[in-house]
Amino acid sequence: MSNIKYLLLRRITQIGLLVLYFAANAYGWHILEGTFGASIIFGIIPLADPYTTLQVLATGFVLGADVLLGALLIVLFYMIVGGRAFCSWVCPINMVTDLANWLRRKLKLDKEEVNYRFLKRNTRYWIMVLGVIVSAVVGVAAFEILSPITIMQRGIIFGFGAGVSVIFAIFLFDLFGVKNGWCGHLCPLGAAYSIIGQSSIIRVKHDHEACTACMKCKVVCPENQVLHMIDKESISVTDGECTNCGRCIDVCDDDALEFSIRSFAKR
Amino acid sequence: MANSNNNRRKFFATTLQSVGLTALGGLLWSGYSDEVKASPLVLRPPGALPEEDFLKACIKCGLCAEACVNRDSNKNRDGSNRPGTLQMAKGGDHRMIGTPFFVPTEVPCYMCDDIPCVPVCPSGALDMPSLLNKEEELDINKAKMGLAVVHKESCIAFWGIQCDACYRACPLLDEAITLEYHKNERTGKHAFLLPIVHSDVCTGCGLCEKACVTEKPAIFVLPIEHSTGRAGSHYVKGWDKKDQERVKDAKEIHTKNERSEKEASDYLNMEVEY
Repeated sequence: MSNIKYLLLRRITQIGLLVLYFAANAYGWHILEGTFGASIIFGIIPLADPYTTLQVLATGFVLGADVLLGALLIVLFYMIVGGRAFCSWVCPINMVTDLANWLRRKLKLDKEEVNYRFLKRNTRYWIMVLGVIVSAVVGVAAFEILSPITIMQRGIIFGFGAGVSVIFAIFLFDLFGVKNGWCGHLCPLGAAYSIIGQSSIIRVKHDHEACTACMKCKVVCPENQVLHMIDKESISVTDGECTNCGRCIDVCDDDALEFSIRSFAKR
Repeated sequence: MANSNNNRRKFFATTLQSVGLTALGGLLWSGYSDEVKASPLVLRPPGALPEEDFLKACIKCGLCAEACVNRDSNKNRDGSNRPGTLQMAKGGDHRMIGTPFFVPTEVPCYMCDDIPCVPVCPSGALDMPSLLNKEEELDINKAKMGLAVVHKESCIAFWGIQCDACYRACPLLDEAITLEYHKNERTGKHAFLLPIVHSDVCTGCGLCEKACVTEKPAIFVLPIEHSTGRAGSHYVKGWDKKDQERVKDAKEIHTKNERSEKEASDYLNMEVEY
């Protein structure tokens, strides 16, 4: 059990949230209504996607106070507490890409990995900025018309239609195309959360003394560039691209990795 | 030294490549976005901003559709939910994905008094102030979701067959649709009862379209921009003080071209080449 603890917790969180969203539409529950674009908790507390909000503002539309407050709450939560946890604890696409990544390892596709020289991990930041520019030029929130995240979520709440093909496309891309292609290279929302959450207090901490350098953590990590300290120094993973998914903690047999509160003391 | 030159060249090359590829992506993305925007024949919830602004403002949260399907009056006898009026556009609907719309022939808008779909909108895409009456109360009769249009060639009332299905279905009975009587010259002894839609009253709810008995409805709702014309400021009702208000700020315009240099009597007799 201990080697899938955080994986299970994440799946429970992800699916639990989707159940609440689904029930709001299907049974009129007033716990968590709306979609990731904008939601409302218990009919009172507004929440909104900060990147979507930014895109809508870029179109020149003056948004309602509910959305602005909602986006602020989300930004504050991930900035102070969660880091990039949205990506691994909330986003439903994470289940699709995790499945693709797991199959990739089982099928040993990475052994044959092609070097995609145009697709670097920083591509997502370019896409993030581009999304805002395109929104301003065309006058519509540009990422929201193709975001597989909200397409999948709305699909679960309101019905998929042809939207299911987008989810399948992401799956195929991550399985046969680029490893961690969507979440780790392209998704502008993940890029936004990487920036928002880069100084959050919850961090994975590495214990160099306990580490036996088996490198299991680096194999499962969807953003393994953030684990540069493994078997080198006992520090926290402070890179904003870490999604706080806890897979590295799950697979570590040496108790060399654990969640901790970031230490702000200067050494 | 040579090494640093190499590094600099590499840096410029990769920067140029990134910028170039970003520009390529931007062009494709903009083109695609602009194309998806172009699905104008879609009916929006009450109070929706004009389509262009609505597409900017809608954050695709679905709160309106959820409020619509879960309204108190939307229950079957056994307490289960009936389908709501508002649908969220999904892939294959050929409407801007994730935006709310309705199709009158499936489920028309029942014009709830409390308009549950509008106050829940967090972004302002559904504009509540536009639906407030003089007493500052929500008034669904102020909605302009669209305008019903009658295709008289397929409307059997225009054939002389008695049908007033749309007239009876209209929630603003005898206001948004009235019946006009005409003598049926063909038979000599019957009357036509013709449905006439009044665009100042019609809310575009679509109950008439749903009620229409013809195979494909002869009365149907189109978005306001598509079911209305505009006379423009060249034509003003000289007998109507209110209509004259439209052009009170009009300024004199002098056209300067080859013809305007001539006297009117000269250019009116000129040969015209089209």
